[in-house]
Amino acid sequence: MSVLIFIELDNGSVKKTSLEAVAYGAEVARLTGTTATVLALGKADAAELERIGNFGATKVLHAADEKLSHENSLAYADVLAQAVEKENSKIIIISKSGLGDAVAARASAKLKAGIVSGVTDLPVINGGFSVKRSIYTGKAFSVVEIKSDIKILVVKKNAIEATEGSGTATVETFTPVLRDSDFLASVGQIEKASSELSLTEADIIVSGGRGMKGPENWQPLLDFAKSLGAATGCSKPVSDLDWRPHHEHIGQTGIKVAPNLYIACGISGAIQHLAGVNGSKYIVVINKDPEAPFFKAADYGIVGDIFEVLPKLTKAVQDLK
Amino acid sequence: MLCLHTIYVFLYIRHNKFILKKIITNDWCITFKFEIILLTEFKGYTSATSCHTMKILVCITNVPDTTAKITFTDNDTKLNKAGVQYIIGPYDDYALARAVELKEQLGGSVTVLHVGEADADPQIRKALAIGADDAIRVNTDPVDSYYTAVQIAHIASENKYDLILMGRESIDFNSGVVHGLVGEMLGIPSYSPVMKLEINGTTATIAREIDGGKETLTASLPLVLGCQEPISEWKIPNMRGIMTARTKPLVVAEPVSVEEMTTPEKFSLPAPKGACKMIPASEAETLIKLLRTEAKVL
Repeated sequence: MSVLIFIELDNGSVKKTSLEAVAYGAEVARLTGTTATVLALGKADAAELERIGNFGATKVLHAADEKLSHENSLAYADVLAQAVEKENSKIIIISKSGLGDAVAARASAKLKAGIVSGVTDLPVINGGFSVKRSIYTGKAFSVVEIKSDIKILVVKKNAIEATEGSGTATVETFTPVLRDSDFLASVGQIEKASSELSLTEADIIVSGGRGMKGPENWQPLLDFAKSLGAATGCSKPVSDLDWRPHHEHIGQTGIKVAPNLYIACGISGAIQHLAGVNGSKYIVVINKDPEAPFFKAADYGIVGDIFEVLPKLTKAVQDLK
Repeated sequence: MLCLHTIYVFLYIRHNKFILKKIITNDWCITFKFEIILLTEFKGYTSATSCHTMKILVCITNVPDTTAKITFTDNDTKLNKAGVQYIIGPYDDYALARAVELKEQLGGSVTVLHVGEADADPQIRKALAIGADDAIRVNTDPVDSYYTAVQIAHIASENKYDLILMGRESIDFNSGVVHGLVGEMLGIPSYSPVMKLEINGTTATIAREIDGGKETLTASLPLVLGCQEPISEWKIPNMRGIMTARTKPLVVAEPVSVEEMTTPEKFSLPAPKGACKMIPASEAETLIKLLRTEAKVL
């Protein structure tokens, strides 16, 4: 009856958003008087799997088959359904991402499980089972009751404060049946900027807009981001103009982010951009135009020339260390 | 044994749509059996590009414009539609544009499908004006992604499309799960978010976004794909398209019934943001101090 948490691994390490999902799942287990089990697929560092115990799970099912090391939502959903059966789980927790949604969706159809994606809070369990989710790209929330026997919750970043405690999880080898039909697609080229911090995982994001005036002016922003250990993003016009790669585009039709700190440089704050960042805990806006609508959504603001302000900020961060 | 018998009956009547529709809408019991079939019988979903021309289904959502101000009525149980402009979901619009390009390139047909009520008809007509050949609207107010996916899978299983395209997510509920659900219900692969799509015979070459990069895949049709830019550029209907769209077929189908999975209870708006604390540019370094001592994020 344990709560089952599907986690994502990146080159053997557990993704930070997945650790949050573990903490969330452990809390749901506590609320429902059961335990939390984690499903880990593919290559994983032993120490990383044991560390999961620190976030409240008591068991890790590890399917180590090399075929599962490559991201494959078809196979992952298949294995997840088998783990659900083995554990007799009624609640499945997955952190929200492209992969998370795909695995959750296919598992939902396999298990006839009600699915709610974009969950922002712990469930309310009193007779029924209700969850709060983000809708209209962060412009509103909806409370939804899940009525099916098996329930799948796709949880947004920051739905719970994940603090690392100390605990022990027993790691158990899991050998699911892998179906050939899940491995028919042939994977070609993978272009991944491995040195860059992923936007969806980052705690701090520094983002640039048209106010940066051209791709050649990005260095001060990159320096500032580097000093903070931040990921870098951009607005839609910037990616449309090819000043920055498309995978940096944050907004309604780009990546939605929810860092602890979002710093917008030279972004006016069109509603479509705000939709991509409204999950952030703190927003800082730096813009030369005091009328920029982004200031209305910000916690801290500086009106001034970006190219004068950014080096000052970089230096201030370096002085902290 | 009962189950197998039911499958046999279903297969037999599937070629007679009238009987099928009657059974599904009027008899709960049979509907329930239909759902069992849904997850087993649909698995045989194949398309036949080798002997037919390519058939593409594009599923579109009807959603408030990206700039719409969201408020609720009826004790926070309904969206306040007053003054809200509706559009084809921006991601669905990319899927539609690519489908029309593929049709121009390879021949075949593009069908638009919408699961929703009649207020979406102007958006469906717009999709026809952009270049789809015909449209189907499943006349219902969908309750959740699962419900919508069953309707799409049902239409797809009747018409055997080679490609089922839709946006990576709808911009009203942002779930991004319908393509995966439909793929699993039909027993065929689903991929999302797809940024590039080329078709060669019965093979699709796809570039999709992965965390921090992209990946190229080759897979055989039939496929379900969730699309996003830059798979294509949005198309604006021309006058000829708008004229011909008026007479293109828009079939209204009744929904199949689906077991209730989730029920929406109440909507709410985020708490209003406090005032923005302004820091003079000349003292920019104060910001870093505040982020450390006040916000505690550094």
